[in-house]
Amino acid sequence: MNSPYTPGIAAARLAPDDLAENFADLHAPLDGHEAAVAADRCYFCHDAPCITACPTDIDIPLFIRQIATGTPEAAAKTIFDQNILGGMCARVCPTEDLCEQACVRELAEGKPVEIGRLQRYATDTVMAKGTMPYSRAPETGKKVAVIGAGPAGLSCAHRLAMLGHDVTIYDAMPKAGGLNEYGIAAYKSTDDFAAREVDWLCSIGGIEIKTGMALGKELKLDDVVGCFAATFLAVGLGGVNALGAPGDDKDGVDDAVSFIETLRQTDDLSSLPVGRNVVVIGGGMTAVDAAVQSKLLGADTVTIAYRRGRDAMGASRYEQDLAASHGVKLLFNAMPIAIHGNGSAVEIELERTETTDGTLKGTGETLRLPADQVFRAIGQTLTTDAGLDLDGRKIAVTGAGRTSRAGVWAGGDCAAGGDDLTVTAVAEGRDAAMDIHATLMGDG
Amino acid sequence: MADLTTDFLGIKSPNPFWLASAPPTDKEYNVRRAFEAGWGGVVWKTLGSEGPPVVNVNGPRYGVVYGADRRVLGINNIELITDRDLYTNLEEIKRVKADYPDRAVIVSIMVPCEEEAWKAILPLVEDTGADGIELNFGCPHGMSERGMGAAVGQVPEYIEMVTRWCKQYYSKPVIVKLTPNITDIRKPAAAAKRGGADAVSLINTINSITSVNLDTMSPEPSIDGKGTHGGYCGPAVKPIAMSMVSEIARDPDTAGLPISGIGGVTTWRDAAEFITLGCGNVQVCTAAMTYGFKIVQEMISGLSQWMDEKGHTSIQDFMGAAVPNTTDWQYLNLNYVAKAKIDQDACISCGRCYAACEDTSHQAIAMSEDRTFSVIDEECVACNLCVDVCPVENCISMVALEPGTIDPRTGKTVQKDYANWTTHPNNPAAQAAE
Repeated sequence: MNSPYTPGIAAARLAPDDLAENFADLHAPLDGHEAAVAADRCYFCHDAPCITACPTDIDIPLFIRQIATGTPEAAAKTIFDQNILGGMCARVCPTEDLCEQACVRELAEGKPVEIGRLQRYATDTVMAKGTMPYSRAPETGKKVAVIGAGPAGLSCAHRLAMLGHDVTIYDAMPKAGGLNEYGIAAYKSTDDFAAREVDWLCSIGGIEIKTGMALGKELKLDDVVGCFAATFLAVGLGGVNALGAPGDDKDGVDDAVSFIETLRQTDDLSSLPVGRNVVVIGGGMTAVDAAVQSKLLGADTVTIAYRRGRDAMGASRYEQDLAASHGVKLLFNAMPIAIHGNGSAVEIELERTETTDGTLKGTGETLRLPADQVFRAIGQTLTTDAGLDLDGRKIAVTGAGRTSRAGVWAGGDCAAGGDDLTVTAVAEGRDAAMDIHATLMGDG
Repeated sequence: MADLTTDFLGIKSPNPFWLASAPPTDKEYNVRRAFEAGWGGVVWKTLGSEGPPVVNVNGPRYGVVYGADRRVLGINNIELITDRDLYTNLEEIKRVKADYPDRAVIVSIMVPCEEEAWKAILPLVEDTGADGIELNFGCPHGMSERGMGAAVGQVPEYIEMVTRWCKQYYSKPVIVKLTPNITDIRKPAAAAKRGGADAVSLINTINSITSVNLDTMSPEPSIDGKGTHGGYCGPAVKPIAMSMVSEIARDPDTAGLPISGIGGVTTWRDAAEFITLGCGNVQVCTAAMTYGFKIVQEMISGLSQWMDEKGHTSIQDFMGAAVPNTTDWQYLNLNYVAKAKIDQDACISCGRCYAACEDTSHQAIAMSEDRTFSVIDEECVACNLCVDVCPVENCISMVALEPGTIDPRTGKTVQKDYANWTTHPNNPAAQAAE
């Protein structure tokens, strides 16, 4: 067996029991008593700031009051009315930047109501029963294509199915779920939750999922548009930005998203190799997820190198602290200029940066870190524009996701506007579905 | 440090905190523990006539009303008087009193409304050496169905009659415990006084059903699917108790009659409030049943600290201090004008004041785009609801308008002089000021 100090990239650095413990639920679910205590803290604010802060506008005070009064099922319905992926969002939302940051008790006492965990309590209650609180409206006879089975696509599909339309979801990957299935740290979505949520969501009926169908490859937008009354594009950002530094092609230099994806799909954590000294380049949630999981797999040292200061980091302060608490070192104002090694990465060379007049540039001072493994986590890109107008590097949309092509809507990470968050994708999918429905039914 | 010693009817105790006649004072074991914890006195759980003791239900005896976080706001109970042998109780009382001569030991009694019954038990109680007796004319459940407890307390003539017997056959102080389940508390209090009572104690518990089980359709506490009203007590009943205490303290017929205050006393502050309304001491039950006897330590330290801060050296210093300020509505100053004021630094922007005012009051709070809440003086009637619902203490306060300034709501100048309803022009029965 290997250890954290085994040189190079190696699997089984930790014992299987330790690995299992490391990748257990990040936050244990609340039990009934804990939920009651947590719910009692909610003030039931007027026009509550937490609702405003939620991209899906969940009526948070109402659902918490429903928990407090012993009806978590009703609470879940309140959540699902606005966010059908409320279960996953309860696990992955950066609540510290959204609802919980806005909570008046954060201001009053520095301790917000635990909205995320309460949401999980409510949604888990319903999902454990396996009941789908919605039924379909009479069939409209309209068929809608959804391309991409991630949060935006699933949200859109569920709403459309509920409104009586027949939905076909296409996805490039072997499994539905998108980033919920492939892109989120394992300890945030344990026990195959993403797949269970997809099954539950589809239990409303009227949704067919076809996997292994990638837009621009097996699937052409023109063909889809020709077969369906409307199309919703939610293909995400499949490409990964390159480092643009010499040595980017050496062995041991990998995409963080691929690493996370492999980790999420494995049945045997001890089969996953990880470096002794890992350096993650980037400053977002993906960087944190890759770094923390490297540490949990047994890497000896893990460093996140970010080219700007802490305040500019995409990952929330909570996520930064989570990383630090697992022993990840956060290195700010450092950008990679070369990866050294004879075939395989051994060392990364970074240059200190400074920002003057809004422009980032190197100071000339360099440092070197041992690095058998380097993860790129410097953003993802659209892999195909499918002939649509772009806004910057994403699909341009107006209103509720309308693209430059009639009959084609887009939402989620692939569309311009909004943060690249699960919850934002859910909101965009839902809103596009309502707009598609209005259009198909002649009200649009 | 303030002196907490109290002299109630000549009965001395090291502090004004007595345990009320109730489950906590049912037997020697509990009472000794209470005295060790620091309680100033106890009223022993009610004794009944000699003979087979009463029986209690063998299912649940208590129901509850919770606040947030399952905090006990009120408990009701259907337990009867002591279900232990009379002589066992008497022997225990005697032993405990002998061992704790500095503490007050009062014996609560409930026997039928017959002179012989009282004549029989009173010498036995006298022999214990206890400091006095309390007549249980208050329990609203069970015993009242047998013509005792609240059934007596609801008939002033019976109160007077029984009290007179007690004064005749017992040499030490007689306290009459009153039931709140009555329209006008002054009537039974006056009857007790006429009968020669040395003091009244109130309130006993309130008829209540705390909850209904929606599965079994039975009131709680449920005994084999059926429930009955119990006696309600705890913090929830304190306002009712204090109002009744104040009425007795204010009424010319009963003013000056010593009062032992009972009803939801949970902290030192509650006790101080009862005392300001004319009570010579307080009796506690629910707080002890919720948290155990140790709470008396907080009551002692808190009352002592507050008295020191206010310069009170004894309980007498502030006893009844709020009575002169307790009046009828018709004598309240209608020229006093206040407005709510929100401390923006303390405000956490929850908007509860806005919801309460906008939906249920006078639309006198404005809400801006950035969730700043401010009072609209033109609409504010100073109802105080915003203060009441605000989760932050002292964030919203009521500020009096200075005489001479204009009330933006009425456009009238605030008058310096006191003027009440009795002389108000809108009052058809107004008397012209002379």
